[in-house]
Amino acid sequence: MNVPEQLKYRDSHEWIEANVDPAKVGISDHAQAELTDLVYIELPEIGRLVTAGEAVAVVESVKSANDIYAPVGGEVVEVNEAVVNDPALVNTDAFGDGWLFKLKLDEGAAGGGELAALLDADAYRSHIS
Amino acid sequence: MAPQCETTGPVSEPVLSVEFDDVTGAGDQQDDASFLSRHLGSDREQALQLAAELGFESVDELIDRAVPASIRMTKQLQLPPARAEHVALADLQAKMSANQPMRSLIGLGYSDCITPPVIQRNVLENPGWYTAYTPYQAEIAQGRLEALLNFQTMIVDLTGMAVANASLLDEATAAAEAMAMCAAARPKGKRFLVLSGCHPQTMDVLRTRAEPLEIELVECHEKDFADLGENDPELLGALFSYPNTRGSIADQEAMVTQLKAAGGVAVVTTDLLALTLLRPPGEWGADIVVGSAQRFGVPLGFGGPHAAFMACSDAHKRRLPGRLVGVSHDADGRPALRLSLQTREQHIRREKATSNICTAQVLLAVMAGMYAVYHGPTGLRKIAGRINELTVNLAGRLLAAGHELESEAFFDTLTVRPVGVEAGDIAERCVASGFNLRRHSDGRLGISLDERSTQQEVELLVEMFSCGESAGDSDSLGVPTGLQRESDFLTDPVFHDYHTETEMMRYLHRLEVKDIALNTSMIPLGSCTMKLNAAAEMMPLSWASVHGLHPFAPADQVTGYASLAADLEGWLAEVTGFAATSLQPNAGSQGEFAGLLAIRSFHRAHGDTERTLCLIPTSAHGTNPASAVMAGFEVMPVRCDDEGNIDVEDIRAKAAANAERLGALMITYPSTHGVFEESVVEICRIIHENGGQVYMDGANMNAQVGLCRPGDLGADVCHLNLHKTFCIPHGGGGPGVGPIAVAAHLADFLPGHHIGCGGSGKPRGGAPVSAAALGSASILTISWMYVAMMGAKGLTEATRLSIVNANYVAHRLQEFFPVLYRGEGGLVAHECIIDLRPLKEQSGIDVEDVAKRLIDYGYHAPTMSWPVPGTLMIEPTESESRSELDRFCDAMIGIHSEIRDVIDGRCSADESPLTHAPHPAETLLVGDWSRSYSREQAAYPAEWTRTSKYWPPVSRIDNVFGDRNLVCTCAGMDAYQQDSQSGGEA
Repeated sequence: MNVPEQLKYRDSHEWIEANVDPAKVGISDHAQAELTDLVYIELPEIGRLVTAGEAVAVVESVKSANDIYAPVGGEVVEVNEAVVNDPALVNTDAFGDGWLFKLKLDEGAAGGGELAALLDADAYRSHIS
Repeated sequence: MAPQCETTGPVSEPVLSVEFDDVTGAGDQQDDASFLSRHLGSDREQALQLAAELGFESVDELIDRAVPASIRMTKQLQLPPARAEHVALADLQAKMSANQPMRSLIGLGYSDCITPPVIQRNVLENPGWYTAYTPYQAEIAQGRLEALLNFQTMIVDLTGMAVANASLLDEATAAAEAMAMCAAARPKGKRFLVLSGCHPQTMDVLRTRAEPLEIELVECHEKDFADLGENDPELLGALFSYPNTRGSIADQEAMVTQLKAAGGVAVVTTDLLALTLLRPPGEWGADIVVGSAQRFGVPLGFGGPHAAFMACSDAHKRRLPGRLVGVSHDADGRPALRLSLQTREQHIRREKATSNICTAQVLLAVMAGMYAVYHGPTGLRKIAGRINELTVNLAGRLLAAGHELESEAFFDTLTVRPVGVEAGDIAERCVASGFNLRRHSDGRLGISLDERSTQQEVELLVEMFSCGESAGDSDSLGVPTGLQRESDFLTDPVFHDYHTETEMMRYLHRLEVKDIALNTSMIPLGSCTMKLNAAAEMMPLSWASVHGLHPFAPADQVTGYASLAADLEGWLAEVTGFAATSLQPNAGSQGEFAGLLAIRSFHRAHGDTERTLCLIPTSAHGTNPASAVMAGFEVMPVRCDDEGNIDVEDIRAKAAANAERLGALMITYPSTHGVFEESVVEICRIIHENGGQVYMDGANMNAQVGLCRPGDLGADVCHLNLHKTFCIPHGGGGPGVGPIAVAAHLADFLPGHHIGCGGSGKPRGGAPVSAAALGSASILTISWMYVAMMGAKGLTEATRLSIVNANYVAHRLQEFFPVLYRGEGGLVAHECIIDLRPLKEQSGIDVEDVAKRLIDYGYHAPTMSWPVPGTLMIEPTESESRSELDRFCDAMIGIHSEIRDVIDGRCSADESPLTHAPHPAETLLVGDWSRSYSREQAAYPAEWTRTSKYWPPVSRIDNVFGDRNLVCTCAGMDAYQQDSQSGGEA
């Protein structure tokens, strides 16, 4: 299973690419495989302030509907309209074109240890194995 | 169901007080004439043989092993002795003849109508329609899915909205669901406005739902909307009525605009028939539109069952509660229908769902949709136009005689202040002449005309009001110029092609035979109890004394219903071991909500406002947590062990740690895994010791009746599904009835009702949960008949045989499929779960492939992947014979051998008939057959399919495509058909 090294992970299967600004958030390849074909994605409003662990988006497949949690706190500055129009992008490219939204990290995320508390690729790999 | 066709049972002296000896067939000498022998699939001898195959010397021995002694009842239920079918029919007829079906011009959202006989006979009275299950297995449900698509199209067209669901329980609960949708759309909102003029029962149910969610309900007037300001985050939305409860029609567009400027969601309750003449709410800004489709050919039935509807704009469609039929395609590219967006439902979302709705009113929605199909837009406009003309005539003559009207803008309802005559005198004279009018608390009278109204009726009415011939100038009366409908509706061919009875009869038959219902084969759905719905149980529905009563008719006209309700309340209390029963909840989910509200009210009455924590096992049905949240509880999950049993230590720890705020535990018994857990008594004790109350989900009551009782086990509330255990048919996905029975300390908190009489007449303090006091009153006759014909011994015998049958199926299949979860005695309760996961690992064939292959054998699949993913849960019920059980087991074993073919390499999974199932005739008759298996193997996998073959109309349906491309009206189907045709030519 594909688990890119440069990303951080939440145990609920969100990933965050935090070494860019704004940070990019999506769900892991493992998560999309478990969910099966996605049919609908609801993304947060731009400008919304979110805290780590807050439910901010919804992904639905024909089997289940799942909340997506913010891995860290921040402001939603961009959402990926392409996945709203074509949810299958998450199935085909979960770590690339299937990203969900971008966060401008807040203090708690950057300096407050929220990022450090996330799983690195190795830890996530063992979490899903 | 027209009153003219009253069915009379065999003439006999009515037996009102039943004192004769027990004649139940379960006694020593089995009476061939008894109903029991017709209801049970096996007689005593055959049941003994089944038990013998499992290694038991008697049925008693098997039952003793399956049902732990510690929870067993020590005495027999105290119920009237069993009556033969004809005797029970005569008794019920005598009882219901105390009702007086008058011409009720009361209105309040219920209008009498004419059920076209072709629909009465071919749908309502036809087991091909009424015994079908909810259309989850879409391939065997294309007929009723098409009928529901017609219903949705009709609602979309008439309301002018983008999407409509496949029906809700009643208008009042639909309005409450709309309020919940507003709350989901506006998470910071707290305030919901109701424009004056809403039906009082709707207001009551809104209050019930708003209170636990801490939504403030504000009744307001037109001027209040101008003061709303802009973007008020605390504002949820507002409810408008069109026409309102007093019959007035007002232009509300300006108010809607003001509401939306403030950020609120506009909800409109409306009348479908009026919308054939009125500018639809979708054209003046409504976001959500609700109402009842009752007057489209569905009898009054003293309050139900009827199909309510809900339509919404595109922006809200993903939050639409309940069922939504959508268009997709099958594996061969044919257009095919299915339920869409299933994952929004509570069974997936649990406590995060905004609604606990998990049923619809399919049978009634089918009837209402077919009424529109039969009449077409021209016919509907004619019916509405005639009613409106009569009302205009009546209004003109009332005005000419000096009486005052609330409004000159109306469709079919007038609110009159009589001048020079006492309103009370008029109302009484009307009753003496066979009319009920609505009596407003301010002394005014309401008159609602309907499809049955005639000029002669208007003449009688004007006489009551001492009016003359003169009608004065009536030009300004009726539908105001600016609000007349200009847009077309029901333009789809289906609403134009079936206006003769021959065409209609054949259309209904064509749809019926696309589906598998109980008149085809056993429907072994676990947790659904698809038992016999006997003809004798269904017959009273066609009596005018049952279906012809308005829910708010005066109490002295409905004493038959009061007596029926008193009987049934008492019987169900006895069966559950409780003190009191409410028949008001019109679905199991409503029962859960009402039961939890009773617990909440009990705690609050004792000052325990902090007791809001609800423990729910992870194995519970998703409706449980959804209902708990609706009733103001916070959900805390409780673990289950590997055997599926509730983890008693986890409950003990969580109850003790939260003793200050423990409100309730919700528990299903026997467990959702189909096992009698002995620990249930201990669990109830732990909850009580920590100040909580125990809510028992009665979904599995069919394993308990006569053997053990929730009340004796220590529960405080239990809901029953009369559509499972007590023979109300599933109707293809509704109606259901979900009464709750409670211990004495909760009796005062059962749902009350403020309008009309409250069922058996006992005043109750709880908040109303349904629009009518007795909910879906008319179908209570079905359960009354069942209990009356079975008696105590018969009901117990049914439970015993349901357990024997489930264990027989488990026994026959265990060699091929592992049976998960057995009780300590090594037996299951009334259902069993077989595990397909090991075979999937070896073959790649999954539970869905098995379910779809069963269709080729002529079977509806068992419950799929619930409560455990990758399994099938089989509940055969007591009504199936051994030969039918064997036929089903043979089908499963045949499928097993096809899975073995894959495992052993005789064919690949991709080439297996399992992967391509089901096989419609059209697919098999292509010129070139290139698959690895023969057409014969595909179509005739078992010998019996050669003589009696169910042909699926479509192959495997593509769910993903349907959910990604949401299309929910007939127009989508047509467009699809054209697309796929042109695609085929290209």
